[in-house]
Amino acid sequence: MSDKLDIKLIDRGDEHFRVSREAFVREDVMDAEYARIFDKCWLYVGHESEFKKPGDFVARTVARRNLLVTKNNEGEIGAFFNTCPHRGATVCREPRGNAKNFQCFYHGWVFGCDGKLKSQPGKESYCEDFNAEGRGNLMPVPRFAIYAGFCFVSYDADIVPLEDYLAGAREYLDLVSKYSEAGMGVNEGMQEYAIRANWKLLVENSIDGYHAVSTHATYLDYLKNTNGSLSSTKLEGISRDLGNGHAVLEYAAPWGRPIASWVPLFGEDGKGEIEAIHARLVELHGQEMADRMAFKNRNILIFPNLVINDIMAITVRTFYPQSPDYMLINGWSLAPNEESEWARKYRLSNFLEFLGPGGFATPDDVEALESCQNGFKNHRQVPWSDISKGMSKDVPSYDDELQMRAFWSRWNQHINGLLPEPATRGADAAPATDRVVA
Amino acid sequence: MNAVLPEGRAAAATTRAEVEDLLFTEAELLDTWQLNEWLALYTEDCTYLVPSTDLPKDANPDRSLFYIADDATRLKERVVRLMKKTAHSEWPRSRTRHLVANVRILADDGDEVVAGAAFITARMKNGSNDQFIGSLRYRLRRIDGELRIAEKRITLDLENLRPHGRISILL
Repeated sequence: MSDKLDIKLIDRGDEHFRVSREAFVREDVMDAEYARIFDKCWLYVGHESEFKKPGDFVARTVARRNLLVTKNNEGEIGAFFNTCPHRGATVCREPRGNAKNFQCFYHGWVFGCDGKLKSQPGKESYCEDFNAEGRGNLMPVPRFAIYAGFCFVSYDADIVPLEDYLAGAREYLDLVSKYSEAGMGVNEGMQEYAIRANWKLLVENSIDGYHAVSTHATYLDYLKNTNGSLSSTKLEGISRDLGNGHAVLEYAAPWGRPIASWVPLFGEDGKGEIEAIHARLVELHGQEMADRMAFKNRNILIFPNLVINDIMAITVRTFYPQSPDYMLINGWSLAPNEESEWARKYRLSNFLEFLGPGGFATPDDVEALESCQNGFKNHRQVPWSDISKGMSKDVPSYDDELQMRAFWSRWNQHINGLLPEPATRGADAAPATDRVVA
Repeated sequence: MNAVLPEGRAAAATTRAEVEDLLFTEAELLDTWQLNEWLALYTEDCTYLVPSTDLPKDANPDRSLFYIADDATRLKERVVRLMKKTAHSEWPRSRTRHLVANVRILADDGDEVVAGAAFITARMKNGSNDQFIGSLRYRLRRIDGELRIAEKRITLDLENLRPHGRISILL
C-alpha cells in the first residue's frame, strides 16, 4: 500500500465539507484504516467492572486481534494476545469467566492470569532456561491503560499516553464515571449485533442530532403516548470538538433519564427516589454540575470507534469493519454499581425503549445506515456526501455537523499521513476550531 | 410428562393440540402482519422477552440487559409503532415465516400452562435472508374459556445477533 491513496477523500472549503463516498466502499480504504487508524490509536477493550476478582477474564476481538484480558492475583488487569506462544492455538476459548490458569488444549501448556508460563508437559525436553526471557509467556499487548474505568489497548508501542490521547474527552469520561459514589459498571448482558454498512456511518449516526425527528418519529410518538404528552423540554444544545478526533453533543431532551430526570412513565413510586439521587448529586458536585448530569444528554465519540451515549440510559459501544459494507458491533449498558432495584429496572427498561437491536429507535438507524450504503452504489456518479451543516456558525448546535467534521478531519490526517508532530496534542491545547483546514 | 393435576381438575386439562392451535395461529397472524389480532392473543398483563444471547437461561430483565423486555404497555406500543410507515426498519415490510415445532406442555396446574417449543423465523428484506432460531417458553392462561399468552420468552440459539442487525419484527 502506498503512503497516500490515489484519491482525494475530503474536500473542504470555508462553507462546505464533503466526504468522498469512495471512503465507504473501497477495500483499500478499509485496509488503510486498519493499518493507519486501528493500529495507531487507543482502542476500547472493556470496562474495569468486568474484572471483579482475580482470575476474572474476557476474550474479545479488538481490531482483528484475539485478546485475553485478565485480572491477576495482584489485582492488576492486563491484556494478552490470545494465542499460545508454542504453536498458536487460542489459550482461552470461552468469552468470559473466572479461571486460575489458561491451558492450551493442543499441547497442554499452562499460563497464569499474569500471562506467565506455569508448566509445559515434557519440560525435560526443553533447555533449562527456555523461558528465561519470557518467550514461553503469553505476549502482552504493546500498551494497556485505564481511564475512569474504561480499559484501552494500543498496538502502537510509541503512542502517546492515554490521558494525552483523550484530550478534551477526559472531562466527559470523568462525568459519566461520577454518577455514583459506588462507581459505575457494565450490566450483565452484551448486545452483539451487526449492520450491513460501513463502520463510519455508525460513527456519524452515533453523534448525529439532526436525524432524531425524522428517523425516530415513532419513538417520539411513543413518548407522547406513554407519558401523556411530550415533555416541554425541547431538543436543543451544543456540539463540541474535543481534540484528536473526539467530539460530543450535549443537549436537553424530552425523555426521562433514570439518573435524575423523572417522567410519568416511571410512576409516582420512583419520583422520590429520583429526587433523592438528584439531591445527592447536588451535595457531591454542586447545583450546576448536578443539573448538567441529570438533565443534559451527551453523545460522546472517542476517536476512532468508542461511543458512549449518556442519553435515556448509558450505552457503551464499539465496532469494527469486517468488509467496507459490513460491521460488527458490541454494546453494553453502563450503570451505577449500587443502584436500587427500582432504578436498575427503569434504567434497563429505558435503555431498551430506544437503544439496541430490539429498541424503538436503533432498528431504524440500522435501516438508515444500510440505506446509505445501498445509495453509495451510485458513488461514481454521485461522489460526495455533504457534512457542512452549521459550518458558518460561531457556536454550532447539537444538530449541526461539527462533531462529524472533527471525526473526519482526524480520520483524513491518519489516512493521508498528515498528523502533526507530536502525534497528538495535549489535553490543555485548545480544541481544533471548525475552520482548521484538514 | 404433564404435571399431575389437582383433584377434580382433570377435565380442564389443556391438550397439546389446543396449545399448537394457539401457537400456529400466532405464527400465521405474524406472517400476515395482523398485529392487532396477534396482540389480542395476549393477556392484559403480558410480558414478551428476548434475552441477550450471552445471558444465563433464567436471566431477569430487571437486572440484565436484554434485546427486548416488553411489559403489556410497551408491547402494545410496539404494535402501534410497527403498523406505521414511519417504523422505517419495517417499511416496506419484511416477509417473514414463523415455523413452530416440538411443542410440549411442560406444566399445567389448572390455572396456568407452561409450554415449550422450538422455532425458526425467517426474515426476508432488502436482499437479505436472516434466520432467527431458538426455543420458546410460554406461560398460558385460560380467560373466558380461551387460552391466552401471559408470557412469551424467546431464547435465541444464535451465538450473537449476527449477521442480523436488529430484531425489528415480532419473533
